[in-house]
Amino acid sequence: MRFVDEFRDADKAHALAAKIAALCEPGRQYKFMEVCGGHTHTIYKHGLEDYLPEAITLVHGPGCPVCVIPMGRLDDAMHLAARPDVIMTSFGDMMRVPGSNGSFFDAKANGTDIRMVYSPLDSLKIARQNPDRKVVFMAIGFETTAPSTAMTMLRAAAEGLGNFSVFCNHITIIPAIKAILDSPDLRLDGFIGPGHVSTVIGCRPYEFIARSYRKPVVVAGFEPLDILQSIYMLMLQLAQDRSQVENQYSRVVPWNGNPVALKAIGETMELRPYFEWRGLGFISHSALKVREKYAAMDAELLFEVPGVRVADPKACQCGEVLKGVLKPWECKVFGTACTPETPIGTCMVSPEGACAAYYNYGRMHRTRVPEAARAAGSRAAGS
Amino acid sequence: MTAGRAEQVTDREQQVLDRIDRARRRRPRVREERVTMSHGAGGKATQTLIEAVFLEEFRNPLLEPLEDAAELRVPGARLALTTDSYVVSPLFFPGGDIGDLAINGTVNDLSVSGATPLYLSAGFILEEGFPVADLVRVAGSMRVAAAAAGVSVVTGDTKVVQRGKADGCYINTAGVGVIDRDITLGAARARPGDAVIVSGPIGDHGITVMLARGELDIEADVCSDTAPLNGLVAALLDAVPGVRAMRDATRGGVATILNEIAVAAGVGVLASEDDIPVRPEVRGACELLGIDPMYVACEGRLVAVVPGDQASEAVRALRGHPLGAQAAVIGEVTASQPGIVRLTTAFGGTRIVDLLVGDPLPRIC
Ligand code: SF4
Repeated sequence: MRFVDEFRDADKAHALAAKIAALCEPGRQYKFMEVCGGHTHTIYKHGLEDYLPEAITLVHGPGCPVCVIPMGRLDDAMHLAARPDVIMTSFGDMMRVPGSNGSFFDAKANGTDIRMVYSPLDSLKIARQNPDRKVVFMAIGFETTAPSTAMTMLRAAAEGLGNFSVFCNHITIIPAIKAILDSPDLRLDGFIGPGHVSTVIGCRPYEFIARSYRKPVVVAGFEPLDILQSIYMLMLQLAQDRSQVENQYSRVVPWNGNPVALKAIGETMELRPYFEWRGLGFISHSALKVREKYAAMDAELLFEVPGVRVADPKACQCGEVLKGVLKPWECKVFGTACTPETPIGTCMVSPEGACAAYYNYGRMHRTRVPEAARAAGSRAAGS
Repeated sequence: MTAGRAEQVTDREQQVLDRIDRARRRRPRVREERVTMSHGAGGKATQTLIEAVFLEEFRNPLLEPLEDAAELRVPGARLALTTDSYVVSPLFFPGGDIGDLAINGTVNDLSVSGATPLYLSAGFILEEGFPVADLVRVAGSMRVAAAAAGVSVVTGDTKVVQRGKADGCYINTAGVGVIDRDITLGAARARPGDAVIVSGPIGDHGITVMLARGELDIEADVCSDTAPLNGLVAALLDAVPGVRAMRDATRGGVATILNEIAVAAGVGVLASEDDIPVRPEVRGACELLGIDPMYVACEGRLVAVVPGDQASEAVRALRGHPLGAQAAVIGEVTASQPGIVRLTTAFGGTRIVDLLVGDPLPRIC
């Protein structure tokens, strides 16, 4: 794993941090959103904020698939899982997300047949091994995971496997970014673009952000140095008064995405007219459903799902956190009623959730560098 | 004009942090209606279950410190008593099997309590249909491990349950040792300025067992570190009698131990990621699995807290023993941020290292 160390080099980080600080205009505040939960996790896990000047704030975005799944969908999944003829299969990070009546884990402890899988192909294996049961895969995620769901469906179709289906909750990132850009609550200076999603969709879909909203976007990798470098690239664009889409993660992300993956998604799934996102509400054309051609694998059609809209718990402020309007610790129940062991909201469940990342890694008294504190003082005096 | 907006924000954040600290000190309560896998993972849920159910019912001064072994004072001697159950799956894995694990685990719990392990009991719960050849193999490993540690298995028990009611073979061992040195150890004795040491690379056992299950398409050349620590502990205590505390880093890994120290002694712990020895294969596998080696179990590693000025002496003593060849100081005990474990990351930032929530690696011991 030598390649990992290369992207965690503290000396390089110090050098980049100095370059970033040099680009800060005195008195100006910068707010960048890291769209992807994977970035949020990296930022806290490596203590990246220690390298940033006071003037730069990172705002955590909605790119954590587990976080944005609305409670109603979870209750639907639970309803499916409770059928005696069904084996529900799910990724691990979905297991602890609370629905109205507890999580998959709780249901499992109560005897419901829910199995954790590492890939949808594992669900396929379970389907082969249990021909008399109906195996449902709880499909979640952005364009990152949608291709593997799609490929699995194609495989199941090729094998003529009749007892495998997908409860499709795949979502697409662009409409969510647009919703945030259109929301009046938040003024952002630029975006750290999601790396994994972009390996599939490429960089072109972000061009409207640079063109119509005049905000720079830098698609970034997942090592801490990647993120630091992306912040530098964003700062440089702002300093030079540019707004462009740039690709910091070109070692992995092709500008035009992955046509094979996109084709598999297009073959098996189509856009829903609208879909509910936790915190962001209904967003049109923001999610995928199984195409009619594959209706035999669409759990929503095969089984009856209640499809009720369930309001979030009252105390929960995940919506504000997901939109980047509140910092995790500003939520009233953060760390007291809502903790990783007893999550109230979704952002405390997934390791990619902003609340979990802050609680697990960032919950401490940071000592501020003197220059930064001085800058903060002069900024406050000026504003 | 120093009371700027940013500082007010910091104050508010600070208030939230204090509120959380208070919430965390509240008496633990098990909220789940049923036992989940997390309750066995050695992290937060395990701690809550132990404190809220067992400590609540059994509370007594010997149990209360929740050390690896209890110290019993009988006329003329100080004894240490401990027990542990083993449910590892698979039963056989590179570097060991459930048999040597069951002996070494109990030997180690006694050793890190400062005791010389002497006698063990062994209880077996066997599933109907379990191959006798496997049982013989397990018992054989136990014999070899006991001989290596200089202990005898002096009493035992066997139960068989119907097929499907257990998974092959579970073992419980209990052990008695004698504390023959004039020492008192305990996580609560850690003091600011102390050094925190690990005796070797961490995470080998957990990753080995995880990969031995063959569920993940990852191959790595790793093997369990299961080993008796009594010799290593003796070497350390001979050189540094002032050792404050020792723990063997099993379930929950080194991270859990550091947290136990921070809470028990009301101190902060500041560790440095760069200084923590992790084999490249283990780090690679952890990276792929998305887990932190700090939480991965070892079965032959100890964490020791020693006064800061004796740290190099302690490391030298550990390195002089074959099981401690890669011993290293990984951090220090601080007066600041009591109850919290901080880590300086290899990247140069800081973060906290909390108790583990959930169970990424079930049944590794
Ligand atoms: S603290 Fe809990 S309820 Fe509040 S925003 Fe975070 S996850 Fe949601």
